[in-house]
Parts: sequence; structure tokens; C-alpha cells
Amino acid sequence: MSVIPPGLSRQFSLDRSWPFILDLLVFATVLAAFYGVLTVAHYWLGQAVPATEISRSPRSLPRYAFYSLVRMAIAYLLSLVFAVTYGRIAAYNKTLQPFMVAILDILQSIPVLSFLPGVMLAMVSLFPSKQVGVELGSIILIFTGQVWNMAFSFYSSLKSMPRELSEASTIYRFGKWQRFFQLELPFGTIGLIWNSIVSVAGGWFFLMACEMFVLGKRDFRLPGLGSYLQTAAGNGDTYAMIWGLVAMIGVILLIDQLIWRPAIAWSGKFKFEQVESTQVPTSPLLHLLRNSRVLNAFREKTIEPLSERVNLYFASHKPEHPQSTTTPAWLKSLGALLAVVAIGGVGYEVFRAFGLLRGVTGGEFKGLMKGAGATFLRVNVSLLIASAWTIPAGVAIGFNPRLARIMQPVTQVAASVPATALFPVLLLAIVQLGGGLGVGSVALMLLGTQWYILFNVIAGASAIPSDMKEVANLFHFSRADRWRIVILPGIFPYLVTGLVTASGGAWNASIVAEYFHFKDSVMSTIGLGAQISAATDAGRFDTLLMATIIMATLVVCTNRLVWRPLYRLAETKYRLES
Amino acid sequence: MLETIIEARGLEKFYGEPGENVIQVIAPTDISVCAGEILAVLGPSGSGKSTLLRMLTGLSKPSAGEVLWHGKPVAVQAPNVSIVFQSFALFPWLTVLENVEAPLKARGVAEIPRRKRSLKILETVGLDGFEAAYPKELSGGMKQRVGFARALVVEPEVLFMDEPFSALDVLTAENLRTETLELWANKSIPTRAIYLVTHNIEEAVLLADRIIVLGKNPGRIRTDFQVGLPQPRDRKSAGFLQRVDYIYKVLTQPDAAPQLAPETEIAASAGAGPRGAPRVKYPMLPHARPGGISGMLEILTDRGGHDDIYHLADDLSFEIDDVLPIVEASAMLGLVRVSEGDVELTPAGHHYVDADIAERKELFGKAAMERVTLIRQIKRALESKSNHTLPDEFFHDTLDEHFSEEETIQQLETAINWGRYAGLFDYDSGSRKFYISDEEPETVTA
Repeated sequence: MSVIPPGLSRQFSLDRSWPFILDLLVFATVLAAFYGVLTVAHYWLGQAVPATEISRSPRSLPRYAFYSLVRMAIAYLLSLVFAVTYGRIAAYNKTLQPFMVAILDILQSIPVLSFLPGVMLAMVSLFPSKQVGVELGSIILIFTGQVWNMAFSFYSSLKSMPRELSEASTIYRFGKWQRFFQLELPFGTIGLIWNSIVSVAGGWFFLMACEMFVLGKRDFRLPGLGSYLQTAAGNGDTYAMIWGLVAMIGVILLIDQLIWRPAIAWSGKFKFEQVESTQVPTSPLLHLLRNSRVLNAFREKTIEPLSERVNLYFASHKPEHPQSTTTPAWLKSLGALLAVVAIGGVGYEVFRAFGLLRGVTGGEFKGLMKGAGATFLRVNVSLLIASAWTIPAGVAIGFNPRLARIMQPVTQVAASVPATALFPVLLLAIVQLGGGLGVGSVALMLLGTQWYILFNVIAGASAIPSDMKEVANLFHFSRADRWRIVILPGIFPYLVTGLVTASGGAWNASIVAEYFHFKDSVMSTIGLGAQISAATDAGRFDTLLMATIIMATLVVCTNRLVWRPLYRLAETKYRLES
Repeated sequence: MLETIIEARGLEKFYGEPGENVIQVIAPTDISVCAGEILAVLGPSGSGKSTLLRMLTGLSKPSAGEVLWHGKPVAVQAPNVSIVFQSFALFPWLTVLENVEAPLKARGVAEIPRRKRSLKILETVGLDGFEAAYPKELSGGMKQRVGFARALVVEPEVLFMDEPFSALDVLTAENLRTETLELWANKSIPTRAIYLVTHNIEEAVLLADRIIVLGKNPGRIRTDFQVGLPQPRDRKSAGFLQRVDYIYKVLTQPDAAPQLAPETEIAASAGAGPRGAPRVKYPMLPHARPGGISGMLEILTDRGGHDDIYHLADDLSFEIDDVLPIVEASAMLGLVRVSEGDVELTPAGHHYVDADIAERKELFGKAAMERVTLIRQIKRALESKSNHTLPDEFFHDTLDEHFSEEETIQQLETAINWGRYAGLFDYDSGSRKFYISDEEPETVTA
């Protein structure tokens, strides 16, 4: 850049000593990454060992943490690529759009474990003798837990793009490449980042389920933090469990500081706003990275010229007349043919699935329905309990700036520390107290879901304009009136958002909350989640399919019949317009 | 006449399949843009001026007719055009320089010439020194300068401007207008013609060589004339005022005020719609609030009961989009008479101004029931139901046949506003139902 405002030069000289140290750090990171790739490659391409002996020694924790991280990272990258591709197709293809959105809706409601048998068996038979098969299976499982809301986020970003911005790209003849990197991706970035955070948190939640499971007669145990925690909890080894927890919380905090914080600060530039906001999130790490000489040189010497070349290539090879590019007839017929094949395939599979479902006896079906009722009850009880304490607490925090200042870091840590890490501890406590899982699982669900409500209520309460509160003071509203007229309507939209997320989370959590391997035996209670887990364990695919269908139907129906109308109400009647 | 760059013949835009209920947005229109001219296209909201611009640039496909650039259809070539947008449409994540470079990048211009050209154009529009800034760090005027720079960097043959100054404050807008005119007059920009969409009459008369005034419902050309005043123009000069006045007259002439007698108007205009799309015209509610109507009537009274619309708008610093609906609504209710760009209070209007709040509501309600089709329809339909309640979809469907989706919603919003003010009926936005007020629907929350 030829022009540097004069005020900046002083700041540059102050930073000069930092980049040197940082450059060393960057080198070290690159070296470590290289070694890491070698290790993983060696392990993946080695003999298939589906059920590793999980060591409970804390000394193996760094290695386990590393393996889990690699799995999470790959699953996340896969999710990102898939989400962007899927969102883009769904947003632009008018024919496919309704189907693709409906598919997202349904897939989102299917619990991770229901994907397990299909994914695992496919992957293992794809790479029968190499570890990579089992690993890929686990990665895809994590992927299925993360990807849907990200895809939905990108889709809705594209749909909400301001018309003039998109027209500007057309009138200035942006090609697909440039349009994607200068318009679509930047516009979707903020939504993608926030959803990524939620998704990855969900990934940690189900890490235990994704790394260690029984599938019929086959026992799968992959070296990782999830397996470590599960083994420790299953053996009642408190010492190992504390070590595992410390490791997991440490890793999550590190990711929060090293990845999400800088990402949020960085994404500030993608905010679609006319004026600069006063409160800008900052990240010291991002500041350092931006000033690293090595990274900057790397970018200038490699990435920028490369993107320049790619861009030039696309710019000179795109069709000259953007409007006249109609799809050639052969492509259309190929598309139609593919559609027919796909519909036929789906029809056949549905037919087969129904065939499979015939294996479920009437008695079993009744059992499943009973389980569904029990889980339904549990989910709603957990939502009620969560609301009962989070609404007053959230409002208190949101209304009191001093309290908010104190609580903010605490709640942020609580948010990034997965409640799931505490899961095994709570489980042991429940076992020791002698309470069964029937009640205990509600507590377990609570652990995972109450935070969504709390954070949303805090956000809602602090968004209530102070003049509304002043009116309440002025007219001496009673406490009940204050809640009925000001607070509850004010937080309503946020509360609904929190409840929707929490409800989805609770359903999903039921599969780990209602069923647990403990000291060579199984603890479980009546519930759909337990039935899904048990069916996976036993390799009963028919029951698994039936239970999954029931759960997906229940979740989708609740969304359509309860949450969506409430959402609409929140958006129309209870919206606080500025 | 100079060389014609763009020639559009029988350009039309409508929604729906021909033969069914067609919603005509733009009636068949011929329009041309010639080299060396600044053409201003002026019209009230709903006259399709933005739609016309999008069809001429090739952004949107006309439903019928064709757009020719130098005699060739726009669809088979990529005409060298740029648009300056009302909302600026800058990419907030790109710096000023990157924003300006983006169109060149799209055309495969290599890095070094690209940078050179961009810096040069930034200098031309007075943005040197701001290269590294992000749009959100700039003021509105500066942002629009970036918009201009980005539009000019590709050296467009025709520069399209879609209400480029209407998001800016008065002084900034005036400054930018003058500078644009200077760039154009000095030939500092290689652009051969400028197409300016605006709803500001003075802006059009100030800048344009030729002005097209559009009418609405459906959009069509009302007048197309050469301004014929030398630049720079003086707002106070007789020639300037005369042209401004002329445009006001065109905009307020009879066919824009069919509301005086809705029933006869329907009969008169049936079958007289645009060719190829015969349809019955449904009288359209102007989007004015009762409060705005009362306010204007009071001001009129202060001025002796009549005034020139242009003066009225000017004194209130309203643009035509703000003042016309109020005038039209008052005329529709029979409270004023409009002729030749003047408004005059009718006896009913005087009576209304003299009345107190409760009486005003009653007068308003009576006039609305007598003269406003939609209000009358809603009231009668509600009365005919035993529970005096109807979902808004009911009226939505009726209006759908005559208006676009967006317009239908606005029509109902205005009707609700009027109905509530006059105490004729009410609307519950929770259950989305119309009802007559003395009987509350079951779902009323505190």
C-alpha cells in the first residue's frame, strides 16, 4: 500500500520487537504441524485396530487429546466445505430449494447415533485393513453432528443478501469465483463463525459417543479424549476422570482463545453495517498474527499472487455474454436422468427400509412409543427446570450492568467449557447417590441445554431499552406487572431462540443421558434415547431405524407446531424496533 | 438528434401468466438514450423507474419488448454499463481501493494497470488518501464517491444512477451533484451518456438535458421533454421554476387523481388499460397517514385555502414521494381539489379543519366509506359476518389480483391505518384478523 496515514508509524515501531518472537513461534508451529501430520499418517495407514486398549494413565492424555483434535478439525473442515456448497446450491437452485431445506430440517433432528451403523459399516468395509476406515467413520459421525446448522446459516445468509449488492456484482461482471470470494463468502462469514462455535461445542458433547461404541458384536474404541473419559467414568476411576476433564477443558479453552476469539475479532470486518460500531471485539493473538513478518511475507509471496493468477484465469475464461449462457440441452437431459435415477434410488431404499421396519414387532413398537413419551416428558421437564432458574438469573444479570461485568467472563468460560465434560462426574454422583437414570437423565440433559436459555435471556434482558424500564419505575409498576408488561415480552424473542436450541439439544442429549456403560454393565432407563443407544449396541437396525423415525418425526413436528408459530409471534408482535 | 445508444421498444414488465390476472408493473414503453445527454427519469414511487433501469441495463429481463444497444439485443452482449446505487452497494469487507479494483479484476485486468487506473479514478473523484480505508469509516458522501469511482473505473459507455443522492443529507447531495456535473461538463470521464433515476424534481431540472416523467399503476411515460436551459442553472430563474411547475402539473393531472369519483372511474377505465392486458383498474389507496392529511389541510388553511403543490412541498422540504400521497389521499376523500399543480380546500375540507378531534374522525370515516372502495369493502364484509371478524387473507386475495405482493401489503396497511383512525374497524396483528372494534376477538393480550 502506497499510503500509510502518518499516525500509524509510531505504532509500527512499537510493535517491532514482537514480530521477531512471533516469527519464531510461527516456525515452531509449522514444525510441530509437520510432525503431527506424519504421526497421524503413520497411525491412519497402519493396521486396523478398531478397539484400542484405552490407557487410563494421564501420560497418554496429550496423545489422546491430539488425536481427538485432529478428528474434530477434519470433521469441522468437512462440515465447512459441505455447508458452503450445500447452502449455495439450496439458495440458487429454485427447483431444489424446498427439498434441500426440508432435508436439512429433518437431518438436523436425527440424533448422531442413528447415523452410526450406516457410516461405520460403510467406512470399515471401504478400508477393511487400514485404521483410516474406522477413523473416517468416527470423523463422519462428528461431522453429522456439526454440519446442518452451518449449512442452514450459509443458506439463510445468501437468501438475506441485499439486492443491490448482488446487482453490483452482476453489473460489474463478477465471475463465479470472484462473486464467491468477494461477495457470498464474506457475507456469510459471521453467521458461519457463530454457528461453527455452536457446532464444535456440540462436537465435544458427542465426542464420547463418537469415539467409543459397540455396534452389534463389534467393539469400537478409538484413542482419544472421549474414549479416555468414557473409560475412566465406566471404571469409576475418579483420578483419571479429573485428569481427563482438566485436559478437555484445557483444550476447549485453548481453542476458544486461539481460534474462536481471533476469528470473531477478524470477522468484524465482514459486518454488513454502514457505520463503525463502538464496541469492537479484540484479540491480541489476531493483532500479533497480523503483524508477523513471516506470515505477511508468506501471504504476499504465495497466496496473493496465486489468487491473482486464479482470478485472472477465471476472468478471461468466463463466458462473454452472461445472459446468453443457457444450459445446453444435453446437460438438462443428463440432469433429468440423474434426478430420475436419484428418485428411483430413494424409492428403492425407502422400500427396503420399510422391509426392515417389518422386523419391529408390535410389542416393540409399543415399547418405542412409550419410550418416546418418556423422553418427551423428560425433555420438557428439563426445559421447564432450566427456564425456572435461567430466566430470573438471566434477567438479573442482564439488568444489572455491574453484575453483568462480573458475570460476563464467568459465563463465557462456562459457555466454552462443555457441560458435557462434567457429564461423567454428574453421572458418577448420580450412581453414588443411588438415584436411577430416570431422574438423573433429566439432570444430564439440563447440563447440556440450560446454557442456551441463559445466554439468550441475558442478551434479551440487556436489549430491553432503558426508557421502558424507566416507564415501569415512573408508574410504580408492581413486580408482577413489571414481569408481565415489560420483562417477559421484552425477552420473549430471545427466550424462544434459546428454548428452540435447548429443546433440540435435549432430544439429542437423550441418547447419551439415558444409557451409559458403567463397569461392564449398562445403566439405562426407559426412553427413546436409551432405545436408540441400545439398538446400536445390539446391532438391531430395524429398531434403530424405527426409533430414529419416531424421534425425527417428534422433533420436526414440535418445530413446526410449537416453535415456528412462537417464532413468528416473536418476530411480529414482540420485536423491539429501534 | 445525436447517435442513439440504447433503444427500447415495447418494453413491458408484468407478473403472472398472460391471460390470467396479470399485474402490470410497466405498460409497453418506448425509450431511448442518446449520446451526449443526461437523461433524468422522474416518477413517484410505484412508477417502475427502478424496474425500467434494471431492464435497460440487462439486470432484469423484460416480460415483453426488447432492449437494443447499438441495434443489438442486450441479452446477447455485455454492454459496458455501470450503476451508482442509492444504498452505495459497496462491499464493506473490501477497502476503498479494493472496491474500486473489483470490477477491473472481474474483467481480468492485471494487477499493475488495475491499481494505476483505480488510483487515478480515486484522485478524480477526490478520494486520494482514502485508499486503505474501509467503507464504514467513511461518511455517506465519501461512500457515494467510492460508488462513483467504482462505476467510472470501467469507463462505462452509459452511467446509470439509481437515486444516487437520496441517501445523503441536503448539503452533501448538493455538493456531489455539482461535482458530478463538473466532471461531465469537463469531459473528465469518458462516459457518453448518463441515465439518472430520481424522485427529486429539482434535481432532475438541475442536472438533466432531457426529462422523462413516469406515471404509475402501471408505470408508463407521461411526458418526455428537453430541458433546454444552459448550465449552470439557477434555481430561482423563471425558466427553472417554470419547468419544475410543469412537472408538478404533469404529476398531479387528472389521471393521477381518479379518486374523485371512484365508481365512475372504474367504469371509465375498464378496457382502457394498456394494450395486451385488459383489466379493471382497482382504485389504489395512496399511502398517507390520517395525521399527515390533517396536517396538510391545516397548513393549507393557514395559506388561505389554496396553494401551489410545489411551494407546499418546498416549504415543508418534502419530496414529491412524501407530498403526493397526502395530496392524492385528501383528494380521494373529497377534502381538496387538485388542478394544474394547485391544491384547494373544498367546503368539506374547510369543515374538516374546523372540526374537533372526535368530529374529524367521524367526517373522515364518512368520507372514506363513501369514496374509498377498499375501506368500504372491508367494512361491509365485516358487517356481513356474524362475528364481525375476518382474516386478512380474505382481503389479501382480493387485492392480489390487482397489485403486486408488496403493494397488496401496503394497501392493507394503509387501509388499517385509515380504518382505525376513523373507528370503522380494527386489526389484530397477532391473529392477523380484521374485526369491528366493539367486539374484541378472543385472543387479546394485555
